[in-house]
Amino acid sequence: MPMTLVEKIISEKVGHTVRPGQLVMAPVDQVFAHDLSGPLAISQLKKLGFNGFKRPEKVRFFLDHASPSSTVASANEQKTIRDFASEWGVELIDVGEGISHQVVMERYAKPGEIIIGGDSHTCMGGALAALATGMGSTDVAVAMLLTRTWLRVPETMRFVISGSLPEGVYSKDVMLHIVGKIGVDGATYRSMEFVGPAIDSWEVPDRSVLPNMAVEAGAKCGMCPSDEQTRKYLSAQKRPQDYKPVSGDLDAPCFFEMKVDCATLEPQIALPHNVDRVVGVSDKAVKDVRVHQVYMGTCTNGRIEDFRVIAKILKGHKVAKGTRLVATPASRAVYLEGLHEGVWETIIEAGGLVNSPGCGACPGVQTGILASGENCLSTMNRNFKGRMGNPEAFIYLASPATCAASALTGVITDPRKVAA
Amino acid sequence: MSDHGRAWLFGDDISTDLIFPGRYVHLLSNMPELVKHTLCDAREDYASGVKPGDFVVAGSNFGMGSSREQAAVIIKLTGARGVLAKSFARIFFRNAINNGLPCIEVDTTGIAEGDDLSVDFDKGILHDHTNGIQRHFEPLPPIMTEILHDGGLVAHIQKHGDFHL
Repeated sequence: MPMTLVEKIISEKVGHTVRPGQLVMAPVDQVFAHDLSGPLAISQLKKLGFNGFKRPEKVRFFLDHASPSSTVASANEQKTIRDFASEWGVELIDVGEGISHQVVMERYAKPGEIIIGGDSHTCMGGALAALATGMGSTDVAVAMLLTRTWLRVPETMRFVISGSLPEGVYSKDVMLHIVGKIGVDGATYRSMEFVGPAIDSWEVPDRSVLPNMAVEAGAKCGMCPSDEQTRKYLSAQKRPQDYKPVSGDLDAPCFFEMKVDCATLEPQIALPHNVDRVVGVSDKAVKDVRVHQVYMGTCTNGRIEDFRVIAKILKGHKVAKGTRLVATPASRAVYLEGLHEGVWETIIEAGGLVNSPGCGACPGVQTGILASGENCLSTMNRNFKGRMGNPEAFIYLASPATCAASALTGVITDPRKVAA
Repeated sequence: MSDHGRAWLFGDDISTDLIFPGRYVHLLSNMPELVKHTLCDAREDYASGVKPGDFVVAGSNFGMGSSREQAAVIIKLTGARGVLAKSFARIFFRNAINNGLPCIEVDTTGIAEGDDLSVDFDKGILHDHTNGIQRHFEPLPPIMTEILHDGGLVAHIQKHGDFHL
């Protein structure tokens, strides 16, 4: 019987064939929390009479949201996490290393695994064909303790993506288009499986935008197949031994199927304050929209591939007067690569500023909080009211190229109109 | 305490950023202060006006976005008896049940601000006594019913030593 990718992964882990809607007790391969979800996870563990991890190698703590700490409270909470990790012999990935799920993709996630993280964008692990899903601190604490969790086997929504990306159009535009079509709750409780000739041709960092934003449609997880691209990525990360092929059967019954032809798309913009308010860059809704801050980075588009696109557009130009450009690499690895390639130099010479790796301005706790009435255009994944720390500000979402082009003009701009 | 409570109305797509804004993240470990800001970016009068036993009543996709569990914790701490919504975002839904906050997926159309509500959780019936609406809802999956009855996931694990499926 043919099965979708998520059904295959859960079936293999629980040792019998599962079907959508079933509740299963699933083993967990990796479980992590960060500086916002970690303190409550630790206090829940203590309530459970915690006296050590049975499988400490599966447990990690990341400090990424305030990186480095931004208040006395965050400094104290980070200390609590450092002390706890040290006392109980689990790995701590400290400030400056990068965003939890980005680092998980670079260093730890393996195809076919089940990964639980105390962050809604944990689903990005699906870029390596892992069933990775976000949960709250209590679920994370219990998963750390028992290395098991309960799951409802999700129905699969299959997205068949074909066609070459036109000039100025990127995987971010494809995902904004999909969320715009199905809505912010269009995939609630479900698994989004991304397949097709376009996916086959994209490298893992470009693919990862899709599973990363699966939660923006409400999905439990979003996944790409593990294939030749996955093998290449894991080899480049110096862990070729972690590769194994795994993919869904394309003839498996699924709840929903949508075809996307990339060749028909133009650059996409999500309007405030919901990720599904998506229009093309030529739409009158974004004509002459003034941009006060451009924020580049995050787990969605903070990788070296994104900053290469940005640097190519900015090279030799200046950011528009009255517009601030804030860039934040998603991890230390990205930071170092960008340093060697000179992309930070290009951004700084253009008038931008570069922050240390982490979540940066996205969660609204540091380094780029918006003023009331200001518009921000960002490569990030969500534009909810108040997201960047001020409920009186407005967040628009776009690809790195659209963000770079708009930084040069000071208004939302089609990257095809700014010669790179 | 009577099993009746008033309706506090909210719209669709209430994000966890609206329930617990990032600008209050410095209060993460200060629940008595944090609870004063519950749902403040959705409506400012909720946290100061809600009475124990009242209900949060919303449209679709309540709790979308971030996994921050404090969003569910602070709604519970305001004394709300539960959240009634047309649908929930999945991480919030698990967090709420894990903290003993009932979430009822039910058609909330027609319920007005301040309506006198009661919920029969066992029979799966919502009563709006102000306008006479009565609606049935599907019970939670058995594992969630059990976690909720035990008072949350920590209490559930304390009681059984493991998940009790």
